[in-house]
Amino acid sequence: MSQFMQATQQNNNLKARIIPCLDVRDGRVVKGVNFVGLKDAGDPVECAKIYDAAGADELCFLDITASVEGRGTLLNMVSQTAEQCFMPLTVGGGVRAVEDVRALLLAGADKVGINTSAVKRPELVGECAEKFGNQCIVVAIDAKRVSKDGEVLRWEIFTHGGRTETGIDAVEFAIKVADLGAGEILLTSMDRDGTKSGFNLPLTRAIADAVSIPVIASGGVGNLDHLVEGITEGHASAVLAASIFHFGDYTVEQAKKYMASKGISMRLDGYEN
Amino acid sequence: MKTIIIDYGSGNLRSAHRAFERAAKDNKINSQILISDKPADIAAADHIVLPGVGAFKDCYDGLSARKGVMDALHEAVQVQKKPFLGICVGMQLMATEGIEYKGSQGLDWIKGQVRAITPNAEQDLGLKVPHMGWNLLAENIRGRSHKILDGIEMGLHAYFVHSYQFHTDDENETILTTQYGEKITAMVAKDNMVGTQFHPEKSQKLGLDFIANFLNWKP
Repeated sequence: MSQFMQATQQNNNLKARIIPCLDVRDGRVVKGVNFVGLKDAGDPVECAKIYDAAGADELCFLDITASVEGRGTLLNMVSQTAEQCFMPLTVGGGVRAVEDVRALLLAGADKVGINTSAVKRPELVGECAEKFGNQCIVVAIDAKRVSKDGEVLRWEIFTHGGRTETGIDAVEFAIKVADLGAGEILLTSMDRDGTKSGFNLPLTRAIADAVSIPVIASGGVGNLDHLVEGITEGHASAVLAASIFHFGDYTVEQAKKYMASKGISMRLDGYEN
Repeated sequence: MKTIIIDYGSGNLRSAHRAFERAAKDNKINSQILISDKPADIAAADHIVLPGVGAFKDCYDGLSARKGVMDALHEAVQVQKKPFLGICVGMQLMATEGIEYKGSQGLDWIKGQVRAITPNAEQDLGLKVPHMGWNLLAENIRGRSHKILDGIEMGLHAYFVHSYQFHTDDENETILTTQYGEKITAMVAKDNMVGTQFHPEKSQKLGLDFIANFLNWKP
């Protein structure tokens, strides 16, 4: 562990977070490889209950088809999922206006993720932050590497679940939305999502170091070392994963204890040592 | 019994409501949990909860804008001394004043000031703001605790998300703290009032236990 991380841990008891993510389509949790080829992973309400009992630090609920199909998030499903969550719940998908954020908060979300709409109209981030506070606005950034081998690394934003190219630089965009009032960034690497080959660490680190707000690393987790690297190498404040938890490869408890064994401060309340 | 969660146009009200209902049910506490902004409901309640997310001034203005709510709150909490819980900004509003980009007066129930957190002031630890996530609760002054913490062991984590904190003038009124580059006030208390910077409604078992203790509290 770096000296910097040691100094940080001595003066800080804040823990790194593990966030299971429910990608929801048509009311079911699914997980695809690179956002296509979806595979059913169950009922979101049941998943939420299990993850709450397992000591997950937060839960993320993404209605992954909302923007594509041009409809609002499934408020009823969010509400039922929220009933099972006594940990923070972030909900994203299809948020286009301040009213959408209000509706999700009333359905039981604690934080709301904005993705496509923040790219189309970044001022929306500021409008929502002003109304509901920075802490409940999470900007979800889907980024893909555009530089060729040998060139300086560069990533651009993709929207509509990774289907649409925008030409916007991912690091610049992250700085911009942080300035506009985002409380957190959920950063997904499109190159890695569903591949189980680990987070895109240079991308995660470039953005985490460029902004003063927390960054959640997402996309590509295949084993527990990947989670560790997201924090130590990627400088993320939290790590998000779906398949490895949904399909029972690892439990949240195993993941937390493993990360703790690698020197990362984790919340282990409720687990026997 | 009746518990009112005051709605002043801000916050994750549903989250708080659900957590209070669950805590009451699990602990067989007979209390009806109500979300309302009606002065009559405040007057009829046995326990009063002020949740809050967002900016201090917006929250204060939101409370002020609701006809009769300030008077009803003062009557219930300051005169009748009903048990009161402020959460996050709802806790900060008990202060004398808040120093944000626009300064604002607070309820002035617990003397003190709300100021921005400065986790990297002493040395640059690269700590992010907001202070977001699970942090360890610690007693502020050794040996001093509070009835509302009965049965809650120390050494547990609670969920925080905030960029400002409450500095009480009287250090004895800060009950719990947490460490984030600097000492952060996590819980305040005075007479029939308690306030948490953390979110009990989002702090899993610790939070539900805390809420149950609040509902059983007789100051």
